[in-house]
Amino acid sequence: MKVAVLPAIALIASAVIGASSVAADDASLKSAAMSHGWEFGEQGGVELFRNVCAGCHQVDGRGAVGAGRYPRLADDEKLASSEFITSILLGGLKAMPPVGDMMSDAQVADVINYVRTHFGNSYSDVVSAADISAARRRAASVP
Amino acid sequence: MRDTTPALSRRRLFEIIGASVGGAAAYQAMTCLGHAEESPYRGPIKLDGDSKGASVVILGAGLAGMTAAIELEKAGYKVSVLEFNLRPGGRNWSLRGGDVYTELGGATQTCEFDAGLYLNPGPWRIPYHHYAILDYCHRFGVTLEPFIQLNHNAYLHSANAFDGKPQRIRDIKADFDGGVAELLAKATKKGALDDAVSTQDQAILLEALRSVGALDKDFHYRAGEDSAAHRGYAKHSGGGLGAEPIAGEPIGLHDILTSRLWRGLQSFLLYDFQTTMFQPVGGMGRIGEAFARQIPDRIRYGAKVVAIQQNDSGVAVTFEDLAAGGAVRAARADWCVCALPLSILSQIPVNVSERMKSAIDAVPYASAVKFGLQFSRRFWEEDEHIFGGISYTDLPIRQISYPSTNFNAGGKGVLLGGYTFDGPNSYEFTAMPPAERVKRAVEFGAQIHPQYLTEFENGVSVAWSRVPFTLGCAGDWSDEARKAHYSDLCQIDGRIVLAGEHASYIPAWQEGAILSALDAIQRLHKRVVAS
Repeated sequence: MKVAVLPAIALIASAVIGASSVAADDASLKSAAMSHGWEFGEQGGVELFRNVCAGCHQVDGRGAVGAGRYPRLADDEKLASSEFITSILLGGLKAMPPVGDMMSDAQVADVINYVRTHFGNSYSDVVSAADISAARRRAASVP
Repeated sequence: MRDTTPALSRRRLFEIIGASVGGAAAYQAMTCLGHAEESPYRGPIKLDGDSKGASVVILGAGLAGMTAAIELEKAGYKVSVLEFNLRPGGRNWSLRGGDVYTELGGATQTCEFDAGLYLNPGPWRIPYHHYAILDYCHRFGVTLEPFIQLNHNAYLHSANAFDGKPQRIRDIKADFDGGVAELLAKATKKGALDDAVSTQDQAILLEALRSVGALDKDFHYRAGEDSAAHRGYAKHSGGGLGAEPIAGEPIGLHDILTSRLWRGLQSFLLYDFQTTMFQPVGGMGRIGEAFARQIPDRIRYGAKVVAIQQNDSGVAVTFEDLAAGGAVRAARADWCVCALPLSILSQIPVNVSERMKSAIDAVPYASAVKFGLQFSRRFWEEDEHIFGGISYTDLPIRQISYPSTNFNAGGKGVLLGGYTFDGPNSYEFTAMPPAERVKRAVEFGAQIHPQYLTEFENGVSVAWSRVPFTLGCAGDWSDEARKAHYSDLCQIDGRIVLAGEHASYIPAWQEGAILSALDAIQRLHKRVVAS
């Protein structure tokens, strides 16, 4: 678990994240160019979430149910642990592929911060690109 | 950063192959590089010995599950099959006019294809060396026809090469081969290969290069009758006056190399894509239908498995009866062959060993998307003389496959308007509503075939990560995961054994599903006979 950050910093961070989600409207996302090659071209949490995560977890984060299910990310207490969601993006979980393999450190951090502050989630500690980089190094050094 | 570990750089290699020729090729390369063994199938299995009237519950009526059910019933077992869908086949599936398909998230598509036209959302071609599925098609009366993989007159395309103008595969292949042959001939004659090739062999090498590279008498590859014999003509031979052909000017090696279009040639060289390939007449789904006819009344449809529990005396499978509002029911048997995809099984409580459970949880499922587009006329045949085959592109749709049937008869047709496998574009298409996916596929395809803009009628799209019965396309084993878990996955655990493409070294192919089932039931039968 991350230690809670100073309230002032958290406030600034949420403000920035909030601003980016307001700026990106649905129409611009739909007309966005698709990625070239094997790295996601999307920038910012909202665009990454809608163009990548939403394919399975749905655009409202509520997941889906068939013969199996995609877990809901909305109101998800497991997201309290940023390490947990980081490990899933970088390492996958069961049938979920490690989609963070196709993202930069900053992209992984952005989409994690977005999910942890939307859909009824309000976790104020911010994940940085440096955190993701460190997590990748730790994962790679596991014997 | 992904390239810093050996494991990931190996994966990266497959991604690059996927980038150039479509993901199925990447899967293909994975199977080939690791395990180039031919199908071990040598004819119908014989389950000799007394089955002692034992019962088997089989989970999943895909090809793996139905193979197990058919062969076990023949050997005297009492079999029952639980299937989530309302049809047999699983990923063996064809979408035809009138079919309604609802994906995860709730979007519903009604296929509007004309009679006789279809999309195979899953498997769509059968290599000649997939002996098991070919034998089952033969035994169950499924009529096959050739699937055209290589058509020299189809295209290789890059938005960034040749001003975005698609190039005929014939030209790129002939000119690449010719350019390389000329270079090698030059090096040979300069003595650059003297250390590596004997004088005697050098003479043979030059003749070979002239033959396969279409070089002229001076070992040059240039416009003329030699190169035209491979690449075709700028003006074709005719009859009567003015009928003399005119050879075209080859594309220079520099232009081909920098265009990267040579990457598309690999898909015709790979073992799994070599001639002859097959498809069932009328759609791949005909195979699943034929399997199901072998075991009438044995498959219970609309059954969603929610728990699998075994003890010393048998296996109890709990399922929801979807036709009865999800009423919870149980099926009991002495043994269980579980042919559910791991994407589903990993979410179901099942009391197997820790090692097998770890294996079930170890396999990510690939993301893949396919598009079926109906056009008012077969312009690819009428305008461009493309009869079957595949054009490859670096656009997000990756490829366009032309129908391998009803050639030269006019009328409407359905193209496979795109097939992505893994990579960002698969996820991006998956995240779009179906209508947006189809719209994009039409826009991208129009860069290769401008006729799209006037001839398009309707389309459907299947994003495998949104398919309710699989939540993904196929098991995407890494070499590391295979090493750690594959053997555990394939064990008989008490009274349960798994089957499916994920329990094979031919991942994502129907052959893998069938061979896995045959291996599983042979071992299971041996245990029953010995008990």
